[in-house]
Amino acid sequence: MEVLKIATAGSVDDGKSTLIGRILYDTKSLTTDKLEAIEKTSKKRGYDYLDFSLATDGLVAEREQGITIDVAHIYFSTKNKSYIIADTPGHVEYTRNMVTGASTSQASIILIDARKGVIEQTNRHFFINNLLRVKDVVVAINKMDLVDYSEDVYNKIKADFEALMSKRDYQDQNISFIPVSALKGDNVVNKSKNMPWYNGDSILDHLEKLDKADIFNVGTPRFPVQYVIRPKTEEYHDYRGYAGKVYGGNLSVGDDVVVLPSQTKSKIKEIYFYDETFETASRRSSVTITLEDDVNVSRGDMIVKEGDLPTIEKQFMANVCWMDSKQLTPGAKYTVQHGVNKVLAKVDVIHHKINPDYSGIEEDVSGLGMNDIARVSFKLNKPIFYDQFKNHRTNGSFILIDPQSNSTVGAGFIQ
Amino acid sequence: MNKDTSSINSLENEAIYIMREVAAQFEKPVLLFSGGKDSITLVRLAVKAFYPAKVPFPLMHIDTGHNFPETIEFRDRLVKELGLELIVRNVQDSIDQGKVKEESGRYASRNMLQTTTLLDAIEEFKFDACIGGARRDEEKARAKERIFSVRDDFGQWDEKNQRPELFDMLNGDIELGQNVRVFPISNWTELDVWSYIEKEDIEIPSIYFAHKRKVFLRDGMIWSAEDDVVYRDDEEEVIEEMVRFRTVGDMSCTAAVLSEASTISKVVEEIRDSTISERGARIDDKRSEAAMEKRKQQGYF
Repeated sequence: MEVLKIATAGSVDDGKSTLIGRILYDTKSLTTDKLEAIEKTSKKRGYDYLDFSLATDGLVAEREQGITIDVAHIYFSTKNKSYIIADTPGHVEYTRNMVTGASTSQASIILIDARKGVIEQTNRHFFINNLLRVKDVVVAINKMDLVDYSEDVYNKIKADFEALMSKRDYQDQNISFIPVSALKGDNVVNKSKNMPWYNGDSILDHLEKLDKADIFNVGTPRFPVQYVIRPKTEEYHDYRGYAGKVYGGNLSVGDDVVVLPSQTKSKIKEIYFYDETFETASRRSSVTITLEDDVNVSRGDMIVKEGDLPTIEKQFMANVCWMDSKQLTPGAKYTVQHGVNKVLAKVDVIHHKINPDYSGIEEDVSGLGMNDIARVSFKLNKPIFYDQFKNHRTNGSFILIDPQSNSTVGAGFIQ
Repeated sequence: MNKDTSSINSLENEAIYIMREVAAQFEKPVLLFSGGKDSITLVRLAVKAFYPAKVPFPLMHIDTGHNFPETIEFRDRLVKELGLELIVRNVQDSIDQGKVKEESGRYASRNMLQTTTLLDAIEEFKFDACIGGARRDEEKARAKERIFSVRDDFGQWDEKNQRPELFDMLNGDIELGQNVRVFPISNWTELDVWSYIEKEDIEIPSIYFAHKRKVFLRDGMIWSAEDDVVYRDDEEEVIEEMVRFRTVGDMSCTAAVLSEASTISKVVEEIRDSTISERGARIDDKRSEAAMEKRKQQGYF
């Protein structure tokens, strides 16, 4: 059983929380006490149906306003997989939450209200999923019950969305269209009897069929050193273990490696996971590596395979999503956190803003506001070891930290 | 080795990564230990993260004085066996110092009071990161929690102004006086924790397994009648039942469930088939729909 992280995107009232509630209900993931609470509150509000959005809208302000204002995480599992849904809000002003939710997801669901069709928000939701290179996208055309389960409506929306797809940057994305009614439960978990014209899978069936090859991009192995383990005990007197997570591909004992930034060459001697040793460390495993030679390695360094080096540079260009109310301006200084490595960075040039609705770019930009996406060049005080985001989803991304507020103020994708 | 095929292995890899980030990014981290299954799981993950070196931070227990005796006995044995450092701070001391007032009546609990003791201890030791066993699946407000969650000088959670958390990059930058609450098992479900305990053969306190206990019924829940910290009316009749505890907080706010599950595999089976959520047995959440969010804003875990 694997864990599949899914981001959701939809505009206000597209029924996103209802969809998630429906998934939980139809997979029998809602426990009796949670169901009772939903029944009680739905009744109190005078609804004649169960308001499944109550299962996910966690904060008081959200329940009062009936909207979702922050990323919530919802868990459920089937016999095949464990799922984590990042429920991200769809308002224009909360783009940063959508980027956040999509950044850890391998799949995403974009909701469209069948009565409204593809709207400006839909462009935005698709743009962000494409920018973040989410591998599998489900376009859920919701509220089909309110358009008489019409195939024509579905086809029109599908055609409009396909027009959007021709503009996308990342072409290698799987996109499926599913007509649903979250409220009535059509094609969410169970196949609908109301739309005999639709031959595809329900949303859950589609997700269940995804395997690793469908959701992960394979890259080259990168091992950023998180922590140096030195037991300083008699038994492990000379032990120096490099703890970290393997990204992109596998590393094996005997591999010829290079330590960055010193470019010292060595060989992998042992791979530990707790008290066991292994021949190979697979991608995303948190292991401890020892090297044949006594080299100087510290946190922020990176161990890579010889002949497979990333770019080592004191500058880079990236697409940045800005997430702070204080503007990003040329000359401003930030901390770039690239994996576990932190370096000081200065904004060199803002090349142009990219409208996140596929309406083009804006040049002569003096600064970036909250939710802006732009092409920006940075200069660094020390080199980092990066890959292009399109080749390496982890080693090609970074966050920006404001050294004054310590807050995370932006995310970037190296070009 | 294929560490990413099963969900529990990928969750373990993520939690170990988070533990190492804490050790690397903070000067004085601490692991908040309650004696419950979640914090016992955290200890196991910490041991695995830094092996063969020792866990580079102490454990701290905020003792309400209302813990199950089995929990305390277990705690002391665990730290001794693993050679860990344990700090204990007592809610009773906060009461004696007049900082908090004991609740009275039917639903009296020291659950709320421990926030003050915790915040005082964080200040006393200047802890900059507190590792806790909260999980997002437990409760709606916790579903919004970050993995690194910043608390201000007053230990408060500003839920509307949380840092975005992108990729798996954890930003632990804070100002002096602030601290970060860290939740390495954020993405685990209750079943994941139990499956892990089974897989790793982790010892847990005996009260998690079915045992005969003197109990009484109130509000459809089963309360322990073996200790005097749980308020009981004379007309509330004491009976003996086979029960176990699904979640272990204070005796005064943790209800038991009827169970015959006497081994870990039977407990896992029971949880898998259960139709009641874990916190359904926690009276502290039932006070109002927003009970947890309110407590979190004040600095509760």
